[in-house]
Amino acid sequence: MLVAALLSGLVLGGTYALVAMGLTLQYGIARIMNLAYGEMIISAAFLAYVMFSTLGLNPVAGLLIAVPAGFALGYVIYGAMMTPLVARARDKASLEIDSILATFGLLFVFQGVMLVTFGANFTSYSYLNDPVTIFGTTLAANRVLALILAVVFGGGLYLLLTRTLWGTALRAVAVNPGAAPLVGIDVNRAARLAFALGSGLAAAGGVVISMYQTFTATSGVVFTMKALIVVIMGGVGNLIGALSAGLILGLVETFVATYVDPGLTLAATYAIFLSVLLWRPAGLFGRLMR
Amino acid sequence: MKNLERRRVLRAMALAGTVAATGLLAGMTGAAMAQDRTSVKIGYAISKTGGNAGGAGITTLPNYKLWVKDVNDAGGLELPDGKKLPIEVIEYDDRSSAEEVVRAVERLATQDKVDFILVPWGTGFNLAVAPLFDRHGYPQLAVSAVTDKAPDFVKRWKKSFWMLGGGHDYANALASILADAKKAGTVNGKVAMISVADGFGIDLVTAARPAFKKAGIEVVYDKTYPGATSDFSPMINEAKSSGADAFVAFSYPPETFALTQQAQVAGFSPKILYLGVGTGFPVYGKNNGENATGIMSLGGIDPNNKMNAEYRKRHEAVTGVAPDYWGSVITYASLQMLQEAIKRKGLDKAAVSAELASGAFQTVLGETKFENNQLRQLWWTGQWQNGQFVGVMPADRNGASKVILPRGDWKKK
Repeated sequence: MLVAALLSGLVLGGTYALVAMGLTLQYGIARIMNLAYGEMIISAAFLAYVMFSTLGLNPVAGLLIAVPAGFALGYVIYGAMMTPLVARARDKASLEIDSILATFGLLFVFQGVMLVTFGANFTSYSYLNDPVTIFGTTLAANRVLALILAVVFGGGLYLLLTRTLWGTALRAVAVNPGAAPLVGIDVNRAARLAFALGSGLAAAGGVVISMYQTFTATSGVVFTMKALIVVIMGGVGNLIGALSAGLILGLVETFVATYVDPGLTLAATYAIFLSVLLWRPAGLFGRLMR
Repeated sequence: MKNLERRRVLRAMALAGTVAATGLLAGMTGAAMAQDRTSVKIGYAISKTGGNAGGAGITTLPNYKLWVKDVNDAGGLELPDGKKLPIEVIEYDDRSSAEEVVRAVERLATQDKVDFILVPWGTGFNLAVAPLFDRHGYPQLAVSAVTDKAPDFVKRWKKSFWMLGGGHDYANALASILADAKKAGTVNGKVAMISVADGFGIDLVTAARPAFKKAGIEVVYDKTYPGATSDFSPMINEAKSSGADAFVAFSYPPETFALTQQAQVAGFSPKILYLGVGTGFPVYGKNNGENATGIMSLGGIDPNNKMNAEYRKRHEAVTGVAPDYWGSVITYASLQMLQEAIKRKGLDKAAVSAELASGAFQTVLGETKFENNQLRQLWWTGQWQNGQFVGVMPADRNGASKVILPRGDWKKK
């Protein structure tokens, strides 16, 4: 039972982590609090659904299309919508407020387009819904895939950010966007890249989620909320933080559901969220900025 | 003094004359307007966005569109004098918010002054607008509302009609299936039960607990979960090890779909599997194919009812989506009842309400009639058999299919 709960929890947490990592890049580096993040996830889910049901393309291959498409979309959105906001923002706080308002509008644009195209129906298909036995515990293959992808993307991007010059530049922008230009970093370009990367990750999350979760054109906000909790808990802008916070949330939910009561999972989520913030106000891996 | 009095009298007379003239004029324009009436205004507020959009988009809205198209294609709504008027629709999106639905209905009644108002989707929303329908005198044909309080509501709101039964009806039907299966030795009489901690789940589980107890069914696992739960593996594992061979979930659509998938992954194949809202959605049968067979839920249809079969075909052809196997056909039937009542009594709301309450109507369900303002000819339990979700309870109703138990193991793909 313990092993089963542990593994189910990790696998559930993998989904949370995968969904949250894009947001942490967008918020942490590009400083855009993207409220339309969940809608980007759902768009990718619909894309995967269409590719699967009409073209017969399996969603894992679909990732190869969806992720670059998400990246491109993010790149365009940042260029068209965010650059003017960044240009006129006096400081970090005013950019945050402006971006929240702008992406709140974007949320409805995305939602409206999806409603018109796909209607309000529940959409689902099943792919890789096969049992996989790991240490005597039966898990769903698609959820294991989500965990693997979360670890691969999280680990890969972490290495990129910490080991390459390009990644160091991105981190420099995250830490101090005012001083980064002094060492020759194009802040705007870095932010734009980070935003696009975040959108690409959102697309990856959407494709994976579409394999096992029922979604509607209007269910994006659920993902934004969950991702936001994970991001704040892990420390804004920190990929490893998002990964570990996601896994912790998954574990807590599963353990509470198994050993206490399934009715308390939501309460447990917020309890752990609060206690982490009380203990470390900037999140698990975050550093307080002055 | 005298002068003054005369003046006052004159003034009063003049005033009276003006009033009378205006009144007459108004009366005449009123009559003229009725003669020139070119359409019947029908309004509704429905969840096109937000959390309820999924349910409303399957059960309610396509039927409204289909009905309006059907009526207008046939020349319009027929009135008692044989004249036909096309329907003019006024539609609002309530954005799945109870405040918004109340505001929209108020607006339909007072500003748009529509002739009839169709109901919103959901038990809570129908209750929220019931006082408004009542105050403005509109008949309320509440379809997507499951409530045990209907007998009380019809006393409070005389023009309200409740068309989908109450939690007790569904729970008692399920309990009697379980009891029969236990008596026949098909199952061991132990049930694992989960329910969503929200309106529908609470209603049903509150009704099911005493119903199961009375039927001698032992509930060995009984938990609630918060809405939007996506991972059910802990609950499925517990249910699997609880020794129960019947599993009941009073769930909402996303959870119903998730439970079906995750039960297959976990190899959890109880002899009786009963899931909540969503089981009767066409997409459920499509996605699960063979594996849906034997799964039970609320609702159902009579597979041999020709009119219903034809309705299902037309629904899919016109709206592009297939109807569900529970509330869809009832929604369409409620509109046909309204149409027929208007044909008999005209656009007088009170007369139409009275006709709805007492008359008998030919609808896609066959002859349909309210008992104490409630529709009772319903399927309390349905089961997937041969690719259709057929009604199995009440077993003595015309057109009922036989329950097939136990359901087989999951088929490997």
